[in-house]
Amino acid sequence: MKTFLALLQRDVTVLIRDLPEFVMRIAMQPFLFVFVFGYVLPSIGQVKSSYANLLLPGILAASMMMAGVQGTAIPLSQDFGAIKEIEDRLMAPIRVSMVVLEKIVMGTLQAWIAGGLVFPLAWAIMRSNLSLHVTSFGYLFLYLFLVGLASAATGITLGTIISPFKIPLMFATIIIPMIFLGATYYPWHALSNVVWLQTIILINPMVYAAEGFRSVLTPGIPHIRMLFTILGLFGAVIILSGIGLRGFIKRAYS
Amino acid sequence: MAEQAEAIIDIEGLKKTYTLDSHRRVEAVKGIKFSVKTGEIFGLLGPNGAGKTTTIGMLTTRVKVTAGDAFIAGINIRDEVAVKRLIAVVPQQNNLDRSLTARENLIFHAKYFGVPKRVREKKAEELLEMMGLKGRQDDYVRAFSGGMAQRLMIARALMHEPKVLFLDEATTGLDPQSRRLLWDKVRELNKGGQTILLTTHYMDEADELCHRIAIIDHGEVLALDTPHNLKRMVPGGNRIDLELPEVPDRLVDILRGIDRTGEISRRDEEDRIILSVHGGQGLIPGIIKAVQETNTDILGVQLHHVTLEDLFIHLTGRRLRD
Ligand SMILES: Nc1ncnc2c1ncn2[C@@H]1O[C@H](COP(=O)(O)OP(=O)(O)OP(=O)(O)O)[C@@H](O)[C@H]1O
Ligand SMILES: [Mg+2]
Repeated sequence: MKTFLALLQRDVTVLIRDLPEFVMRIAMQPFLFVFVFGYVLPSIGQVKSSYANLLLPGILAASMMMAGVQGTAIPLSQDFGAIKEIEDRLMAPIRVSMVVLEKIVMGTLQAWIAGGLVFPLAWAIMRSNLSLHVTSFGYLFLYLFLVGLASAATGITLGTIISPFKIPLMFATIIIPMIFLGATYYPWHALSNVVWLQTIILINPMVYAAEGFRSVLTPGIPHIRMLFTILGLFGAVIILSGIGLRGFIKRAYS
Repeated sequence: MAEQAEAIIDIEGLKKTYTLDSHRRVEAVKGIKFSVKTGEIFGLLGPNGAGKTTTIGMLTTRVKVTAGDAFIAGINIRDEVAVKRLIAVVPQQNNLDRSLTARENLIFHAKYFGVPKRVREKKAEELLEMMGLKGRQDDYVRAFSGGMAQRLMIARALMHEPKVLFLDEATTGLDPQSRRLLWDKVRELNKGGQTILLTTHYMDEADELCHRIAIIDHGEVLALDTPHNLKRMVPGGNRIDLELPEVPDRLVDILRGIDRTGEISRRDEEDRIILSVHGGQGLIPGIIKAVQETNTDILGVQLHHVTLEDLFIHLTGRRLRD
């Protein structure tokens, strides 16, 4: 346990050391989303002001996903890069799976911070267009919890299978599509005219994240039933953590 | 070092086969067997690709064992967490945490091992001092030279007071001065009782530092003994080369008569004859006296020490490094 906390402390120290960078990385994304979709577009009349409502849960999900993935995949693929900086931590007297767990905790924390930033930003920038009805704080926290974990688990999986040189490629080919095809900017039910797309994007955890947040923040908008989004997120956490763990262990030993 | 010292590392037929793909395999270590005693500096000497790093990797839990067993202080190396508590590794490649300063590298390492705050701070101070890094302790390690990084990695390894210290090619890539400095540190540590298992492909390094050496090639131990005994395995041993304008028959007989001379051979060159007398440097005065007795000029005398390189050539027909 001491070892686990020390690993966590190491990552937190490194993160805080580059605090401005960390804040920019974590806050830029939600800020832009909120600013452009919640303020600029409604102001110039490109979208109805009610679009802000539709969008907020998506922004929340996307911001958390970005932060969680960046917070795990990038450091991890560097740790496993040419210099194998992670070796000293692998030599710590702790099971290797615990080193993975620590990374997931770190990613989850970062996703939560990003998620936590979305609310004040939204309130500051697009308050007039927003009408949220939190149906249940308990469920809201459950979703925040699960989406944080799912994003970190996604990051672990990507971080162990992708080499450091391919990170930009990872964003272009995996993260961006996940966000654009994740029912982020439109509710999943709105896709009923494009059934094939509606069906295949169900493999994307982002769908459950965005729809889950819709169900607790903007229940007036049609959304996937809570039971399914919770199960979907649960499934994503389990499956992706499993794959990530296996990938990590495969890389950790030769 | 006491002969009867107990074994701290026991290797019983360790094997590692890397699977490259479905039909290509590399047998990197082919069932080696030896033990290392407490307080010893033990060396694995072998050329590139001999399996040194793989052996260390298995002993330090980083490489999955294909077959065989090994024990460190009685603990099976498959019991990873328990083994990791007992050991420390200085790897062949710099793997310092580049997001941290030199001192933080030490402090965090100690934290991973649960070393109490007071102890780890004192220890970091001492080790930075010992490794000559005091002035650079708050610098990020990104900017460290190879020698500094190597010394810092040794300091880091010592933070949790390991029972066994593994050094993998600790001096490769360092300039001669840094190498010497590192050798001194290694000896100093060993004097304090530290058991050290090191690998190298420098025969002089193995010879100077190690109490015992295992010569390994293609994943097998070819010979294992003290440097002194290993060199005695080379037929002929040390050798004195005499350069003479001519060799009277009488001279060879007189030389044979000198106590402890070994085999004598001659090689004729254009303007001189080289007479090689096998034996130690103690023979030189007697040999010179003998030559003078026969009224022969001496053009030159050269003493050839047997090196571990000679042994390696004797054992494999190849040089350690080409
Ligand atoms: N991860 C790996 N995957 C596949 N083959 C490997 C791996 N690591 C080492 N090998 C192979 O195993 C053999 C032994 O390598 P090893 O690194 O143990 O040698 P070494 O004695 O440390 O050499 P060097 O002096 O170059 O460090 C070599 O043929 C090497 O190519
Ligand atoms: Mg090696």
